[in-house]
Amino acid sequence: MTKAAAGTGLAAGTAVAAADAPAPGVRLPRRGGIELTLIVVAVLLSVYGYCAVGLAKNGALPPGAAGYGAGLGVLALLAHLAVRLRAPCADPLLLPIAVLLNGIGLVLIYRLDLETPGDRAAPTQLVWSTLGVSLFIVVVVALRDHRVLQRYAYVCVVAALALLTLPILFPAVNGARIWIRIAGFSIQPGEFAKVLLAVFFAAYLAANRTALAYAGRQVWRFRRMQLPTGRVLGPIVAIWLLSVGVLVLERDLGTSLLFFGLFVVMLYVATGRTGWIAVGLLLASFGAVAVGWLEPHVHSRVEDWLDPFATIEAGQGPNQLAQSLFSFAAGGVLGTGLGLGHSILIGFAAKSDFILATAGEELGLTGLSALFLLYGLLVERGYRAGLSLRDPFGRLLAIGLASIVALQVFVIAGGVTGLIPLTGMAMPFLAQGGSSVVTNWAIVALLIRVSDSARRPHEHDGKAGPVNREDPR
Amino acid sequence: MTRHIRHAAVFCALLLLALLVNALRIQVVQSGTYDDNPANRRDSIARYAQPRGDILVDGEAVTGSRDTREQLRYERTYRDGPLYAPVTGFASQVYGTTFLEHAEDGVLSGADPLLAPFPLLNDVTRGRPSGGNVVTTLDRDAQRAAYEGLAGRKGAVAAVEPSTGRVLALVTSPSYDPAVLSGNDAGAERAWARLNGDPDRPMLNRAVRQTYPPGSTFKVVTAAAALDSGMLRDLDEPTDSPAPYTLPGTTTRLTNEGDGCEDAPLRDAFEWSCNTVFAKLGVDVGLARMTRTAQAFGFNDTDVRIPFSVAPSTFDTSLDRAQLALSSIGQYNTRATPLQMAMVSAAVANGGQLRPPYLVERTTRKGGATVASAGSRPIRQVMHPSTARTLRELMEDVVREGTGTNAAIRGARVGGKTGTAQHGFGNAGTPYAWFVSWAQGERDLEPKVAVAVVVEDASADRGDITGGGMAAPIARAVMEAVLGS
Repeated sequence: MTKAAAGTGLAAGTAVAAADAPAPGVRLPRRGGIELTLIVVAVLLSVYGYCAVGLAKNGALPPGAAGYGAGLGVLALLAHLAVRLRAPCADPLLLPIAVLLNGIGLVLIYRLDLETPGDRAAPTQLVWSTLGVSLFIVVVVALRDHRVLQRYAYVCVVAALALLTLPILFPAVNGARIWIRIAGFSIQPGEFAKVLLAVFFAAYLAANRTALAYAGRQVWRFRRMQLPTGRVLGPIVAIWLLSVGVLVLERDLGTSLLFFGLFVVMLYVATGRTGWIAVGLLLASFGAVAVGWLEPHVHSRVEDWLDPFATIEAGQGPNQLAQSLFSFAAGGVLGTGLGLGHSILIGFAAKSDFILATAGEELGLTGLSALFLLYGLLVERGYRAGLSLRDPFGRLLAIGLASIVALQVFVIAGGVTGLIPLTGMAMPFLAQGGSSVVTNWAIVALLIRVSDSARRPHEHDGKAGPVNREDPR
Repeated sequence: MTRHIRHAAVFCALLLLALLVNALRIQVVQSGTYDDNPANRRDSIARYAQPRGDILVDGEAVTGSRDTREQLRYERTYRDGPLYAPVTGFASQVYGTTFLEHAEDGVLSGADPLLAPFPLLNDVTRGRPSGGNVVTTLDRDAQRAAYEGLAGRKGAVAAVEPSTGRVLALVTSPSYDPAVLSGNDAGAERAWARLNGDPDRPMLNRAVRQTYPPGSTFKVVTAAAALDSGMLRDLDEPTDSPAPYTLPGTTTRLTNEGDGCEDAPLRDAFEWSCNTVFAKLGVDVGLARMTRTAQAFGFNDTDVRIPFSVAPSTFDTSLDRAQLALSSIGQYNTRATPLQMAMVSAAVANGGQLRPPYLVERTTRKGGATVASAGSRPIRQVMHPSTARTLRELMEDVVREGTGTNAAIRGARVGGKTGTAQHGFGNAGTPYAWFVSWAQGERDLEPKVAVAVVVEDASADRGDITGGGMAAPIARAVMEAVLGS
């Protein structure tokens, strides 16, 4: 491993544009220096935010600032070291974005902790972040090649279903049965199931995509739509039914929506059949209507979305969504500044589901857009890795992982800003929630792995570059 | 496959775009609607996040702020709450604001754009300037003298400076401590229920928001109308007025408290408060002239602001002669606030010129720099200067040797007029004791203070309720306080 001296001087912007493969025979420049620079920037930004909160709330630098910065910095550097050693060609943007989002999340949670002296969540979140980064390092170091995961597809799906069914044995919290409690820690096993399911979908679809695209009888003359054979379709429908059934039992619409969207996106990418989208949307709308009618919990969410101020007019005071909208509106273009907003009015979910409202109020449209763009960049780098990979499994895995992030962000951010009905879900890296942080670090670790493989010159022919276009048609 | 990956990527980009556009919609386009929603507490939090500005009397704050460390952080406190309640009003986190706290709320809360050092600066920085102070025209000694004079009896006192219209005292009794309403806890709720349910109505500002039949004190107005009309040349010439006087067009006979009112000249009639003489005088002057004079004094004016609104005093403009006779001695539909009667007295004292009363000298920033001050105000010539001079003479006679001797102050020129107002169905209610007066110190060029006192005391013996007995001592105490300072 030789260090790339050229990388350090480059600005971040050039790194984004540097994904085009060079001429054959030339080794790809590694971007470790850029990654390190960006990580330092990310840590400094987070520490700056931490100090800004302390100055705004108490007029003095918070006592934990140095410790917080050191903690985050050490975690980020260890992760960076793992990437340097084991995935030297990986995309240099993925890790800094994750560090920055996690750092900002810690700052926001710390800021909200100041309003709720009896309930400190930031230290716990830091512990979970440490666990997440540890998992990241373990994955990056232990998993030498993502294709190994293909062998474990069925193990993954069984594990995922087991994790999904586990919370049914535990009591419901706030109307949703998605938690299990072990030794004082609440864990949402459904979070981990997302990654496992993505791995399974990628492996399964990579193996069966031709069959899914071509086999079977023609149903309608129209649009050449064909149904695949039952043998191929069976497992997929089974998985869908199982996950939806479990989620109806657990009353977690957000995760259900996420699984389904992930499933449809990956199916479309694997087969290129628009018919799948139509079927998916039909099934989804059918499921949504059924759940909406049958579940009062979901039904009320839809009503809140249609009229967030109904409770105000009824004299019951503003509900969480209305408070969240007030919060965003109070932020305006530039925000009130960290520590100066009143997003705590949202109530008990301010640190978890509604963490974005604090960002919106205190950082304004400017900060909120920046956060959205960071997520967008993360997703974009995942897709870019998917485009440059050669093996179908890797491609589908990259797309699946990036889509998980994209759909999660859309579902929860759209929910708290009144764009779509609110469904409980954690904002990746930002929100309070240990399982979510750990899971998202695992997603980033897998993305690092596939992007390393995507940007690495190929050993067997020494060629690097874009794959041959393989159109299934 | 590559093409479909790109399709999926475009789909994700559309999701991102939807989020960004929606954020713009909420945070910029519709933010005003959300900010102004009454259920949004941010406005109240910002309002109570800093100490409220203070209301000053004689350079000292009579209000304060207490840091509660709650969500609505600062609560209003009051020094001598009951004494200044009719001036300050209350500033409650639950029930809003009244009186000065309400009229000057922009300055006190810091929301007034004039408080910002540069225009639009606060819109950019989202800062809120510190609350400014309100400097009142009150005279602390006069206020205290009036309050102690009333000593808890139901009534009110208003005192103004005739040459400027500055309100020197504004007292209502019984009063209450506005501090009990400041917070948003159960205590404030209980206090609110208690004060509103109290039969003595301690929250009623009797000095400016309650009208009383002015009784004989209104004879100052009637006399001014008669003198202005030129009907009376000589104060000592007997008037053609029978006693008892039968109200024109009716069989009702009007009598007097004392004797010797038949054909009494104006000087004696004024000194001894002859109802018969003044009732007939009002009828002789006529409705039009009586109305014009009363309205020049401020009756029927619905938008008096000092800066908070004052209940309009009334003089009925559509009367038959019998009603006019009763109206001219301050009965029937004639009603006045104590402040209005102080203005009547002040107009006489100021040579017939009426200065509109005002309570706020200036508003300042927290540091003391003036934001706005009471500008020059329009003067109204209510009556001829000669009429005013004559009335001053008559009022001085009342204090020297008439019904108002209780108001005399050694070494000062004092003029006054007593009143005992009948009210209630068939005059069954306890009469109100009135006294209006003005005083000029030995070394003063002009009268320094004009006062009106009303005492509505249900516990007193009916015979004892004459303005001279009950209200005049209070007026004297207030005038002494002003002259002595």
